[in-house]
Amino acid sequence: MSAVDRPGPDWPGVQLHVVTGKGGTGKSTVAAALALALASRGKDVLLCEVEGRQGIARMFDVDPLPYEERRIAKGLPAEPSGAAGTVHALHIDAESALLDYLAMYYRLGRAGRALDKFGVVEFATTIAPGVRDVLLTGKVFEAAKPGRRGKNARQYDAVVLDAPPTGRITQFLNVSDELAGLAKVGPVKSQADLMMTLFRSSRTAVHFVTVLEEMPVQETADGIADLRRTGLPVGGVVVNLTRPDELDADDLAAVTAGTAQAAPLAEDLAAAGIDGGPDELADLAEHLLAQGRDHAERKALEDAQRALVATYGVPTYELPRMAGGVDLGGLYELAGHLRRQGMA
Amino acid sequence: MTVSSTPGGGAAERLGSHRRSSHRVGRLAHDPAEAAPHLDLDALVDDRGTGIVVCCGSGGVGKTTTAAALAMRAAERGRKVVVLTIDPARRLAQSMGIEELDNTPRPVVGIDPTNGGSLDAMMLDMKSTFDEVVESQASPEKARAILDNPFYVALSSSFAGTQEYMAMEKLGQIHRQAKVDGTYDLIVVDTPPSRSALDFLDAPERLSSFLDGRFIKLLLAPAKGPAKVLGMGFGLITGALTKVLGAQVLTDLQTFVAAFDTVFGGFRQRAQQTYALLQDAQTAFVVVAAPERDALREAAYFVERLADDRMPLAGLVVNRAHPRPPVDLGAEEAVAAARWLARNAGSDAGGDAGGDAHSAGTPLHDPALAEGLLRLHADHVRITEREGELRRRFAATHPEVATAVVPALASDVHDLDGLRRVGALLAVGRD
Repeated sequence: MSAVDRPGPDWPGVQLHVVTGKGGTGKSTVAAALALALASRGKDVLLCEVEGRQGIARMFDVDPLPYEERRIAKGLPAEPSGAAGTVHALHIDAESALLDYLAMYYRLGRAGRALDKFGVVEFATTIAPGVRDVLLTGKVFEAAKPGRRGKNARQYDAVVLDAPPTGRITQFLNVSDELAGLAKVGPVKSQADLMMTLFRSSRTAVHFVTVLEEMPVQETADGIADLRRTGLPVGGVVVNLTRPDELDADDLAAVTAGTAQAAPLAEDLAAAGIDGGPDELADLAEHLLAQGRDHAERKALEDAQRALVATYGVPTYELPRMAGGVDLGGLYELAGHLRRQGMA
Repeated sequence: MTVSSTPGGGAAERLGSHRRSSHRVGRLAHDPAEAAPHLDLDALVDDRGTGIVVCCGSGGVGKTTTAAALAMRAAERGRKVVVLTIDPARRLAQSMGIEELDNTPRPVVGIDPTNGGSLDAMMLDMKSTFDEVVESQASPEKARAILDNPFYVALSSSFAGTQEYMAMEKLGQIHRQAKVDGTYDLIVVDTPPSRSALDFLDAPERLSSFLDGRFIKLLLAPAKGPAKVLGMGFGLITGALTKVLGAQVLTDLQTFVAAFDTVFGGFRQRAQQTYALLQDAQTAFVVVAAPERDALREAAYFVERLADDRMPLAGLVVNRAHPRPPVDLGAEEAVAAARWLARNAGSDAGGDAGGDAHSAGTPLHDPALAEGLLRLHADHVRITEREGELRRRFAATHPEVATAVVPALASDVHDLDGLRRVGALLAVGRD
């Protein structure tokens, strides 16, 4: 196992945690668990989503989130004396972000609404793709920077962004380059440049979520290489949905080699109080051994992928697959795993 | 359920299967697979009335593999197939001979031709598809002006919305071509892993509403005549835009829109044709999902949207399912026995446990192995129970949707044999 208990958090100066991952790897779940883990260290955390799924609301079992920071959970206190931090959540949509942005930076309250009426907002957010990303990241930037403006502005110790998938993440964060072709000078360009200073700094970390399968692991490698090329800070890799370690290496080898026999296993099962006649227990033993072989095969494939991830030279964390799915209690459990392994 | 190529027949089928499933209410909780009518994918691809199969669903559910496996199975059953993939795994693309992005279908080598079928494959190159459309719609110098404009470069190479639209554009192109020269009688399309799985359905509509929008008219206004027709807002708008974007950007944007204006009509017409093609009775949508809450929620949303848009749905493919164990041992019973083994592992004879009802005096052979296997079993049972519950809920709310279930494979598919195996599992479609 590459993930071991670590004494302290691995990302002390990081203010903005960006969480990405291939579809189906559970990146939103990991982002939520990381936010809870940080809150359990006494931090006030803002968890942002930008893809219009309302996934945060479902995971935390609250009403759909508006374009407004809402308190959704408290962390568990780390030590008996320590106070728990809070998790606020923000659902960012590009349309609201644009109007917000116009009002905040250009004091264009009325003109902003006029733009909306003219379909400019729709144009900017659906047709001009780079602009959409700048608006979404701009709002995250605004929430993460010290000394926020505005009367109800909360100051957060950390912001966790449930970001677009691995294939799009570099483009998403690399806002200046994305805009460069469109706007070489002007206010939008300077705003994007300002954002890039945060995204490129050691106050940001981009974490990758993967499962131990070939394609997601390969995409993680590609994503890390892309970020490094662009000069964006690579964080850790969270290996999600790992299989349980119910069999040790000797047992795995025994079921694979076929040296583990059904007859003695059936006797042990009978001794352990499992009901059934000799034939039924023999069938059960055969089935359990076959299942064990299948498990061993999949574990071996996982180990091969795990070894690849270890070559990426970044801290890795592991989260177990939860047989019953992840509910709110499960999120706290995953947060505990991340905290113990030093991600928060 | 077989999929009829006529809308009327399809409706009758759906009605029939709905009635059938309602007799099984009592068994639903035990047998989620029985709750939904069976999706017979062999019947679907054997039906000569099926001309287009569109595979859609959220990211990470095996959409690309499903599309490729289905295309290969159809080819080996005698269809002349082309499969249009968006972003296949590198090794899968290599094995199909499509790692080159040249936007042209290439024959896949290694297909069994016994039944007279064939398989071509291509990987979508979004930007060149877009460029081709522009070039076909505008004069050479106008096309050049568009292709060089920074706004066009951003629009055509970004992933937001354009890819969906271009996938459908390419489908339309191949379909028109095939109708003329008869190269293909079945087109299988994979859809992009987009923010919303439905972006490609919305793309034509979005394009039309954008083109008819007031903003476009505003941007064209200086070129086309007096601004006063736009009313009071005009000065406010240009003022605001200049303030935010800068004057240069606004000028670039106006140049782009003015140049693009001439090809808009063609775009809109093509978008509407493609939309009509998707609604046609020869088209069959296959929604792909994994037995996970989010993937099935997305699938449910998809099924409803297809119905609203009168798009013909063939059914649902549930990938990566865990097969139900063939033995009758519940999770709790397995865990209880595992606990007893853990407690008694130290004693080499069960008799030492003194007074324990389980112990019959026989020594345990390998309690750690038995314990591990039982815990593994309990874990597996819990997963199949959760998956079964999710599928049962889906079937309860969408009883008319025919379903095929494909078990989770131990490893990724990256060669033709792997695709052939997936194709066979798709055809069986039951756990």
